[in-house]
Amino acid sequence: MWQEVRSELRPKGLEIVTVALDVGGVEAAGKFIDRANAEHPSLIDAQHLLDELFGVVNVPSGIWIDEQGMVVRPPEPAWPGRAVFQDFIPKELPPDADPWVVKALALTKRIRHDPKRYMVALRDWVERGADSSYALAPDEVVARSRPRTRESAEAAAHFELGQHLHRAGFADDAVPHFREAHRLEPDNWTYKRQAWTFADPLQRPNEVYEGDWASDVEKAGPENYYPPSDI
Amino acid sequence: MILDSLDVDVSSFEIRTGWAIKPQGACKAEMCVEMPEGSDSPTIDGRILAKRLGMPLVPDTTHGLWALGPETLGRALSSAEAPELILPDRGGIEFRLSSLRGLKVLLLAWASW
Repeated sequence: MWQEVRSELRPKGLEIVTVALDVGGVEAAGKFIDRANAEHPSLIDAQHLLDELFGVVNVPSGIWIDEQGMVVRPPEPAWPGRAVFQDFIPKELPPDADPWVVKALALTKRIRHDPKRYMVALRDWVERGADSSYALAPDEVVARSRPRTRESAEAAAHFELGQHLHRAGFADDAVPHFREAHRLEPDNWTYKRQAWTFADPLQRPNEVYEGDWASDVEKAGPENYYPPSDI
Repeated sequence: MILDSLDVDVSSFEIRTGWAIKPQGACKAEMCVEMPEGSDSPTIDGRILAKRLGMPLVPDTTHGLWALGPETLGRALSSAEAPELILPDRGGIEFRLSSLRGLKVLLLAWASW
């Protein structure tokens, strides 16, 4: 997906690094990485370190880092010129489609995204560097990163215990920690979707978690699923 | 950071969180937070780190583990200096984000789920 962007911008000094937030590790992310067959580094983050270290709460999220290793844009929704999730919406649904799926697709259509503007901004930064109006000053980067509240820090600690236990083969013991992470930071979609996937691959209602993708997105409002981009 | 003892290994703590224990305290980017005297030992009490840096220390009693969460100093990025990120690729080879200094980097989080 990003390979095309990489081919265009790598000669101009941009490298792309993709990071799969997947507790399932290679088993979960490997086949997608193989299919993408990208030339750029494609990493696997089984612990969701990007949540804790950068304040990522949803995917896709892009972070810009300059030549000196300074973040010039904190995490925000990032698109390779098109919103990939829209590709999965079928034009027509069979009349007997699962009502939950129907609802989930209707919500997906209402998710806010502006993929064209993201690429305009990215190209501008690659071209003009620090002179680009999209490159933010250090104070601004810090101020625009997620608030780190006591609750969000505790959510990170619970999620870390959850993923650790899950990967160590104690999936049941991981659940209370995942549930705590969801309660403490309800707008962190990576914590929710990761755990829901273990209960139901489609993130439908299940007996392990109160939430599911469609119900929680509906509750939050699909227009809030991604933060408003100011790019 | 996952702990199986409250004696936190100082070098693992630095690798995992970016906080280095120095004579002047626990330091990350341009910030330093004071630590008690005698912090030149290879380990430091997790409860002290938790208190001084505002890190939650969450236990799992069944497994005898703790998670020491991130610092609460205001924002997720306490500095614009990119934290070091060391992650494996598909083949298990470790990659360091800092190896790309000199290039612009677009770091992209995605997921299979």
